[in-house]
Amino acid sequence: MSIERETLLEMYLRMNQARAFEEKVKWGFARGMIHGTTHLSIGQEASGVASCMALDEGDKASLSHRGHSAAIGFGVDLKKMMAELLGRANGYCKGKGGSMHIADIESGNLGANGIVGGGFSISVGAALTQQYQETGNVVLCFAGDGATNEGNFHESLNLASIWKLPVIFYIENNLYAMSNPLEKHMNITDIADRAASYGMPGVICDGNDVFDVYQTIQEAAKHCREGKGPVLVESKTYRWDGHSKSDAQAYRTMEERKEWMAKDPILRLRNHMIEEGIKTAEEVDAMDAKAKQDIEDAFEFAWNSPEPDVSTLTEDVYA
Amino acid sequence: MKTMTYAEAIREAMSEEMRRDENVMFMGEDIGLYGGAFGISVGMLDEFGEKRVKDTPISEAVIAGAAAGAAATGLRPIMEIMFSDFFTISMDALVNQAAKMRYMFGGKAQVPMVCRTPGGSGTGAAAQHSQSLEAWFCHVPGIKVVTPSTPADAYGLLKASIRDNNPIVFIEQKLLYRTKGEVPVDQDDFIIELGVADVKRQGTDVTIVTYGRMVQRALEAAEIAAEKGISVEVVDPRTLQPLDKDTIIKSVEKTGKLIVVVEAAQTGSYAGEIIASVTESDAFDFLDAPVQRLCGKDVPIPYNPTLEAAVVPQVDEIVAAIEKAVNRG
Ligand SMILES: Cc1ncc(C[n+]2csc(CCOP(=O)(O)OP(=O)(O)O)c2C)c(N)n1
Repeated sequence: MSIERETLLEMYLRMNQARAFEEKVKWGFARGMIHGTTHLSIGQEASGVASCMALDEGDKASLSHRGHSAAIGFGVDLKKMMAELLGRANGYCKGKGGSMHIADIESGNLGANGIVGGGFSISVGAALTQQYQETGNVVLCFAGDGATNEGNFHESLNLASIWKLPVIFYIENNLYAMSNPLEKHMNITDIADRAASYGMPGVICDGNDVFDVYQTIQEAAKHCREGKGPVLVESKTYRWDGHSKSDAQAYRTMEERKEWMAKDPILRLRNHMIEEGIKTAEEVDAMDAKAKQDIEDAFEFAWNSPEPDVSTLTEDVYA
Repeated sequence: MKTMTYAEAIREAMSEEMRRDENVMFMGEDIGLYGGAFGISVGMLDEFGEKRVKDTPISEAVIAGAAAGAAATGLRPIMEIMFSDFFTISMDALVNQAAKMRYMFGGKAQVPMVCRTPGGSGTGAAAQHSQSLEAWFCHVPGIKVVTPSTPADAYGLLKASIRDNNPIVFIEQKLLYRTKGEVPVDQDDFIIELGVADVKRQGTDVTIVTYGRMVQRALEAAEIAAEKGISVEVVDPRTLQPLDKDTIIKSVEKTGKLIVVVEAAQTGSYAGEIIASVTESDAFDFLDAPVQRLCGKDVPIPYNPTLEAAVVPQVDEIVAAIEKAVNRG
């Protein structure tokens, strides 16, 4: 599988932006500049970015609580996203949503979700709209492995399947649901197996490999666009950091973490680009630096942005 | 007496009851090794093992349903829903199953389960992790609803809840978890009966009825009012269902003025129920000022900290309400 050069370069940039974004968020949290809670996806950038970039214009995505990489892959404005994390008036949600609710319905970003599994049925509905209005677009629905134990997962897959809705249930299996390891929260190893119960294809991709992720999503989207109904895609990946900001991670070992860090999806793509002569090491370094600078700019923009006025508190409750 | 946090008091109450009765067990998401999202159950897995401290998958519907089924057949489960907001997913099991079994089956079942869950705003976790949903639960006959405001109350009420033979929603306030207080753990079987209010401060001019984290704010406001020569009585029902109307009514008969303070969004909140209990009683004749309710604004909880704080009643607003009540009288 090849990815067009321009797309690949953009993908590399966005993965680096996602990494830098979350490093900056960690930094901001430690200094009390960012409040609330946040779930980092460091290590999962290929899974989040390449999947969204495999979509076509007009396609939609519904993100999970661990949605920063996916949002950046979907092509959000970094400044507005950082402003939202800082709770500013010019953030994506006017400072009312924060990390767990970054959304921009207009552009097809149906929103990150604080309710684990909450996005499944929303995606089914969004896919219904696509089918109904014959838009030819698909919905990419992000969720974690743990989320597939919610009843909503099962009801959503069933309905999407019988109605042949154009939705890709994209499960980022990072082996843990908060502190609960996969083998303790389900009795199967591959979430893709769950697809069989609903009569839809269940496919696995290497979530740390942009090529595999990209190709798998493109094929799944094709299946959807041909009117053949939904697909369940399981992306095998790993989060490097704790579940959220306060997590001693007693449930896993440093060795395991190191093993997965060696499969760094960004490093993998970097090496590929250099080996294939797509870019020189110096050129790649320059891209890394640009990504970091983009995030610094976004943070500075956000930091200097106004707080929402208290009078906006009661706005937008009803349309 | 022992000084402990609200969180420790909850852990202590659960642990003691589990030691006392082997049919008491505990289940929920990440409550074992992780010790719960708020660290409530740290160490309990070590003491009680996986048979009695059970990590569940992320499956709120079956957690509540399994608790109901286990309770109806001989266990006394304590279940934890990580944030009270996620109770939406457990609602069928709680509302249509657990709450109804005894009545529907002609009194031939009992469902002794305790649903522990943190409620309330103030952590910057935004609209899906910050709600105060107690009024929902109070509206369902068959469920008891408890919401303690101090470590001692948390301890005594949780022990009573675990021993009670009904489904109980036990709402903890996440911002209270780290507050400290004296807890009578050394008093043999310190139990606080459900349905008994506590007068947290005696006064003669105005009655404030409030619960959960707003109790602290009401007490602070009462302190400020005292400096201005106004004597405020603060009544904490502690249990919302059943509600100790007598204590509230008696207080209003004494002061002639009532303010109800709750964090939940105003419309349909439990404040209305508390007020109705007073105005339909003989205490109505004692009222010499309009009853006031200070509630959360009718908006979802926003992420920005300034906006978030602006949603729920503040101390100065309570003071203003006290002054308004007195000036009217
Ligand atoms: C309905 C619901 N239950 C529980 C939670 C608390 N919670 C947030 S993330 C999470 C773990 C999710 O695990 P998984 O779906 O595997 O996604 P991951 O965090 O691994 O990306 C939990 C339990 C929640 N937000 N919503």
